[in-house]
Amino acid sequence: MSQNPSSNSLPVENPDAPAEFVVQEQESKVMVASQWQLMWWKLRRHKLAMISGVVVIFIYFVALFAEFFQVVPPDQFAANYTYAPPQPLHLIDNSSGSPQFGLFVSGYKVAIDNFSFKRTFEVDPTQKFPVRLFAKGFEYKILGFIPADIHLIGPVNEGDPLYIFGADSLGQDVFSRLMGGTRISMSIGLLGVTVSLILGVLLGGISGYFGGWIDNVIQRVIEFLRSLPTIPLWMSLAAALPVSWPPLAIYFGITLILSFIGWTGLARVVRGRFLALREEDFVLAARLDGRTQLQIILMHMVPSFLSHIIASITLAIPGMILSETALSFLGLGLKPPVVSWGVLLQDAQNIRAVATAPWLMFPGLAVVLAVLSLNFFGDGLRDAADPYAR
Amino acid sequence: MSASLIQANPKIILEVNNLRMHFPIVKGFLRRTIGHVKAVDNVNLFVQKGETLGLVGESGCGKTTTGRCIIRAYTPTSGEILYRTPDDKIVDLAKLKSEGDLRPYRRDIRMIFQDPYSSLNPRMTLLQIVGDPIMANHVASGKELEDRVAMLLKRVGLRPEYMRRYPHAFSGGERQRIGIARALALNPRVVIADESVSALDVSVRAQILNLLQDLQQEFGLTYLFVAHDLSVVEYICDRVAVMYVGKLVELADTETLYMRPLHPYTEALLSAVPKPDPRLRNRGNRIIPEGEVADPAKPPSGCYFHPRCRFAKERCSIEEPALRDLGNNHFVACHFAGELTLRGVLDKKVVA
Amino acid sequence: MTNKNLLLEVKGLKTYFYLDEGTVRAVDGVDFSIERGKTLCVVGESGCGKSVTARSIMQIVDPPGRIIEGEMLFHRINQDSGSSEQEEIIDLAKINPRAEAIRKIRGKEIAMIFQEPMTSLSPVHTIGHQISQAITLHTTATKAEAREQTIDVLRLVGIPRPETRVDTYPFQLSGGMRQRAMIAMALSCKPSLLIADEPTTALDVTTQAQIIDLMIKLQQERGMAIQFITHDMGVVAEIADDVVVMYLGLIVERGPVDTIFHNPKHPYTQALLRSIPQIGPRVRQRLEVIKGMVPDPYNRPKGCPFHPRCLKRISGVCDQILPPKVELEPGHDVRCVLYDGSASHPVEGSASHPVEGSASHPVEGKGGSQ
Repeated sequence: MSQNPSSNSLPVENPDAPAEFVVQEQESKVMVASQWQLMWWKLRRHKLAMISGVVVIFIYFVALFAEFFQVVPPDQFAANYTYAPPQPLHLIDNSSGSPQFGLFVSGYKVAIDNFSFKRTFEVDPTQKFPVRLFAKGFEYKILGFIPADIHLIGPVNEGDPLYIFGADSLGQDVFSRLMGGTRISMSIGLLGVTVSLILGVLLGGISGYFGGWIDNVIQRVIEFLRSLPTIPLWMSLAAALPVSWPPLAIYFGITLILSFIGWTGLARVVRGRFLALREEDFVLAARLDGRTQLQIILMHMVPSFLSHIIASITLAIPGMILSETALSFLGLGLKPPVVSWGVLLQDAQNIRAVATAPWLMFPGLAVVLAVLSLNFFGDGLRDAADPYAR
Repeated sequence: MSASLIQANPKIILEVNNLRMHFPIVKGFLRRTIGHVKAVDNVNLFVQKGETLGLVGESGCGKTTTGRCIIRAYTPTSGEILYRTPDDKIVDLAKLKSEGDLRPYRRDIRMIFQDPYSSLNPRMTLLQIVGDPIMANHVASGKELEDRVAMLLKRVGLRPEYMRRYPHAFSGGERQRIGIARALALNPRVVIADESVSALDVSVRAQILNLLQDLQQEFGLTYLFVAHDLSVVEYICDRVAVMYVGKLVELADTETLYMRPLHPYTEALLSAVPKPDPRLRNRGNRIIPEGEVADPAKPPSGCYFHPRCRFAKERCSIEEPALRDLGNNHFVACHFAGELTLRGVLDKKVVA
Repeated sequence: MTNKNLLLEVKGLKTYFYLDEGTVRAVDGVDFSIERGKTLCVVGESGCGKSVTARSIMQIVDPPGRIIEGEMLFHRINQDSGSSEQEEIIDLAKINPRAEAIRKIRGKEIAMIFQEPMTSLSPVHTIGHQISQAITLHTTATKAEAREQTIDVLRLVGIPRPETRVDTYPFQLSGGMRQRAMIAMALSCKPSLLIADEPTTALDVTTQAQIIDLMIKLQQERGMAIQFITHDMGVVAEIADDVVVMYLGLIVERGPVDTIFHNPKHPYTQALLRSIPQIGPRVRQRLEVIKGMVPDPYNRPKGCPFHPRCLKRISGVCDQILPPKVELEPGHDVRCVLYDGSASHPVEGSASHPVEGSASHPVEGKGGSQ
């Protein structure tokens, strides 16, 4: 059945058809649409996926330009603001009779209990710290080489406290640390998925294309790996990493560890697609046309499963993010001073934190947001991945 | 059939001798072979230059597999596929092992597939699809390639501008035309049409059949027409071969086969075809073989058709009948061929 | 066609599909009737709406499809414990597709069989289970009685050794056997109408012949009406009493089978018959081709749906108005302006919409039958 929604089928060329009955045919966009265009049009109709896509792009934007979003450097601590609660932003100031506009936060009245030395914070409306967007703050380098000192939001007077999400045990600004953690958490997902991609496509492709005993062996290896309990496996692998390694090396090490199992899911998807494609008539036709095996794989089969790969990758990233978060949360992964959401969540590991400083769990919300939006977007991609499904 | 008719008769372009294609049945973790599906079991036939040979049978008879063996999509288990090259040399295609050896012959023998939807890569434009064989064989590129593709599209009744479009813009009949254009891209001599009209609407079938006939006339093509629709086969084929569970049971000129079949299975097949004329209803005297089509993995002993044949005798369950020439190039594989009185198709022609 | 024998009357049926890309008028005003014990064949190519018509009768049209207009009058004979037979007329179009009323009819009074038996039979239940379930659903039989009846009906459709086969699964049966099992399931509650949607298209020709013969035999034994949907004119010739030819959601011609084959009036019917190769003595002429192809359902031609491909079209008429249905003789009607006896044909300006009202009132053609 033809699927061209906006044109008439032209009668086949023949000299007998009188001209007036040959319906003028415009070449509709659909007719010359490549598979990517068709995919895009299908994806566009999936509202949730589109919204999630925007969210994902925003999160990666934050990851890229993390310093711009930060208020203070993430490792700047302030001894007198430990466990300070979040300061809500206000727009209208009613304290002095007539309303005044302008962003500001109220300060704290700090009191120390003499017996337990516990610091209590109370919002003090008399202290007013004006706040502005695009404020000047600490210096940093955009993308690592362009010097700048503008930040999204910051106190008008540098040095004023601005704890949008509160402070942690060392008085470090949770908001700034959260922004900083975005970079590490989101990029580990990408890096891990790239490694999984290479391994998965290679091994899955070999498995599916050649079949036979190669397929048998690779599949059994995959099944073995998948049946290992992940957390103990990660623990042992992480423990194997030398403690003396610099944080960056540990970062890569963790990435490799996560990809160690992650590639299996992708390999299966790729294998499945290869098996299905092998039986298609057009692949046989290509062989009969004289194409070599490599040409068939690259020209006919790869384009057919590329869209599925993209969908699978998008759905694999949240897994990586959650894995890193879990590892770091358990103290097995990244450690301070490296900042990731998992590392931040370590601070929330005790009852005191949960009971008295619940804002320490904000990084958890960030994880949820990232994972959900990636999942929804990946779902939309997967649904759109095969625009030719009949 | 005597060995090598092709040597003696210069009109024969393709000869198949003792062709066998057995697929192993693999079971278990260690993938042991526990048996074989004898998809094609000792098939002998020959095709003359410029003619259309029909290959008919029901599902599981091996006609598609035979076609695919000839085109070397599979490597036959045993047998000969003798092909006469343009410079009059005889080559056994079954013996060629590597793709490199087969390459020159891949241009001469081409295939049109059954399913117009899965035989075209949906992610390629018509230019890429029809041009692929031309590019793969380094025959032309760039502008010359486009010109050739344009000419091919025009020949099959499509506009050359269509080459920028993707298959999803076309209907089943048009897609089949694209497949035909692709098959013709390298000026073949033999074309195997594997159920090429079966998946099309009735009114479109006529267009494609007429197109195939026109192209045959214009290019001097030889067709091997694999089909299950006996009316279509009668219309387009000069000679017809009937297969049953991997074996060739009868081979004759079309008119002879349809009017005076010599094998009971052919008779049953012809009798089962519904005739498009209500005045010819022959319910009550239709010959319906009992039971179901035999399983190619576990065929009956002796003659494969004997459990369903109304003329079966004891000999039929013991001894497999050989394909014999009963004169006039009419070959039958039945112990009692020539002795039986069989019904062919009725003589009345319908005037619409 | 006396009223007493009418089993199903379909009048002005319209089933439309509302999709993102547009509205598909799958069935666009269709009238036909089926008599008790007779076979009606619905012929047409892909996109003509023959399957959707059948599904509309059973009220199993999938959303976004909907019956938007029309009547489907089912003449049901109420056999009470007394001897009197009362006829009850139910309009199937008015019943909610999900209501119990239609479920009482489906399977019991009207049964349906489909093209692909593998997907129509549940792969995880034995055929005996499936058939018995139909029986216990619609009758008061106990499980044991249902099993007995199941074995009987399996024997009736020609499945060998039904006592053992009753416990087999569909995948253990061949294509022909599965189709027989599906027929058995359809017949188990003795319906008065069997709708068969291309039941033999996927079968080998010898198996097809067996199934066709079986259906004819069952019809004779049971007095059951059959609505047989197909695109194969050969099968139509074998089995039909009456034929309805559909094109793009409309009936273009309707009549007894002999008339359709030997005296077809609509250009599409004529062209269709001439384009199929007929088995017989060898006269190698070219098959006549119907030029062009079935139009895209979203872009129907204005006026007569067949006109762009019709050799006898009249410019200014066929592309403007939908031809009204013309009764050439009782039981044979055609939707074509060539036979419309009414005096003037509206030319440009007037009647730019199809004349809706006249579709359901056949105009007595002055030319009569030719």
